[in-house]
Amino acid sequence: MDDLQLLSEIERYIKGEMCPDERVHFEQLRKSNTEVDQLVVEHTFFLQQMNRFGEWKRFKSLMKEIHVDLAEKGQISSTRLQGKLKVIYLWNRYKRVSAIAASIAVITTLAISSLVWIIAPTSPRSQFEELNNKFSQLEDKTKKQAKEIDRIKNKTSSVPQDIPFTTGGTGFMIDAKGYLVTNVHVIEEAQQIVIQNNRGEYLAEVIFQDKGRDIAILKIEDPNFKPYSSLPYGLSKQTAKLAEPIFTLGYPRNEVVYSQGYLSAKTGFNGDTLSCQIEINANRGNSGSPILNRKGEVIGVLNGRQTNAQGFAFAVQSKYIFDVIESLKKQDNGPAIRVPSRSLLNGLDRTEQVRKVQDYVYMVKVN
Amino acid sequence: MNNKHLDVDLLKGLAAGDRKVIERVYKDHFNMIQSLIVNNNGSSDDAQDIFQEAMIVLYEKARAGSFELNCQLKTYLYSVSKRLWLKRLQQSNRLISQEIDPDTTISVEEEIAGFEKRDAEFELMNQAIQRLGEPCGSLLDAYYVKKMNMQDIALQFGYTNADNAKNQKYKCLMRLKKLFFSGYKNGNPNG
Repeated sequence: MDDLQLLSEIERYIKGEMCPDERVHFEQLRKSNTEVDQLVVEHTFFLQQMNRFGEWKRFKSLMKEIHVDLAEKGQISSTRLQGKLKVIYLWNRYKRVSAIAASIAVITTLAISSLVWIIAPTSPRSQFEELNNKFSQLEDKTKKQAKEIDRIKNKTSSVPQDIPFTTGGTGFMIDAKGYLVTNVHVIEEAQQIVIQNNRGEYLAEVIFQDKGRDIAILKIEDPNFKPYSSLPYGLSKQTAKLAEPIFTLGYPRNEVVYSQGYLSAKTGFNGDTLSCQIEINANRGNSGSPILNRKGEVIGVLNGRQTNAQGFAFAVQSKYIFDVIESLKKQDNGPAIRVPSRSLLNGLDRTEQVRKVQDYVYMVKVN
Repeated sequence: MNNKHLDVDLLKGLAAGDRKVIERVYKDHFNMIQSLIVNNNGSSDDAQDIFQEAMIVLYEKARAGSFELNCQLKTYLYSVSKRLWLKRLQQSNRLISQEIDPDTTISVEEEIAGFEKRDAEFELMNQAIQRLGEPCGSLLDAYYVKKMNMQDIALQFGYTNADNAKNQKYKCLMRLKKLFFSGYKNGNPNG
């Protein structure tokens, strides 16, 4: 009897799956062979460990799910600290950190980033395909029909019904109050922007665009929009690691589409250091899709693919979203956008992660 | 007394892994623990970690059936969280800005020692599974953690039949045992 068979016999014996004859036979073997006996003891212990391990794992992931749910419903104060709590926390944490260190850090960062900015190569864009979506006439027609039906079903939408949308992409929430990120090339020359997902259809406005980084910030300007209480994902400030598994949700069609892949290079098209290269199935309309890692942190914004090579695409690294938000803050009356930095999705199953994320990803329609 | 009955019921639900019960206990106590942590040099992320660890301690206790409820659930969770947090602060050398009121807590040293030992064991198992790689990790996870049956596993992982999947599972299991026990016998949970 080889090891594999023996193991399978032992497991059947422990689980009580043997018929009486087999059992008697096996017990005899156990008595006569101390090695087998020892293996049985060892395996019993191991199976117990596995079992308990499984229970812990289930319990832990259940708690994580519950935390996200409760935070979403606003039944526990969400991960973002508010008011008094935040002041106490920040004060406790940072009173020891000298202001000088902080200002030096700021100056250095600014200097380096401006340097990088000046040096960064401006690449020939011809091989680079931006993945915003040109709606074909047929799609347009079906969409109009669907909209007509929607309008009849649901009279509350404040979106005018007769806008012929010409291009589109994807966008995702970065602040629960109603701010989204998408690519500049998606909303360029837009007269009207409508965002849409299962939750509803809302009018939005561009409040900031950074052409160099290809990041635009949209704000939902619609009386029907109810702000979320919190976002399930966070934005990562770190550069993603090579070979890190990633996934994305976007709107290459009129339906949200899931796709997965991995990070294949730390720089983007022609060595562009702003972005990174990812191996993922991306199509027109995927521009502006969030790229998430295993922990459910957004690590980038999908913005294009190379025309002469299939299968890989490029994404603007998420740390540049923070830069854009900073420059937005410096504007007059610039809103303070607060981006969650920690993901609540860590440790959840992929299907569960996707289920949570999809409510926060929108189709961006532009005319 | 009414409170006590309620707590006993909640414990039973916890032991059974009843989602509604966990949600309820979570909702009722998380904010309390969050203020404890945040008032003592922690972030709300720390609060989430600590509270979830305390919940596991409670879960273990409820499951063992040995839980003599000689205090309120609230006091118990508070005590465990406090202890866990103080330990973590000590480890990271962060100073404690204010003394936490000692009267409201009960002694939970034993539980915490037990929790830490088990946590290390599970970490060992977790690492062993990680080191197995794919598809072994997912295969064992499906069978032992998700408790799927062999037919479904064969279907999901693309094996031609349940026997093939079973064979593969045993191969993986043997490797896992080797990894696990080598770590276990070295007494080095990080090995």
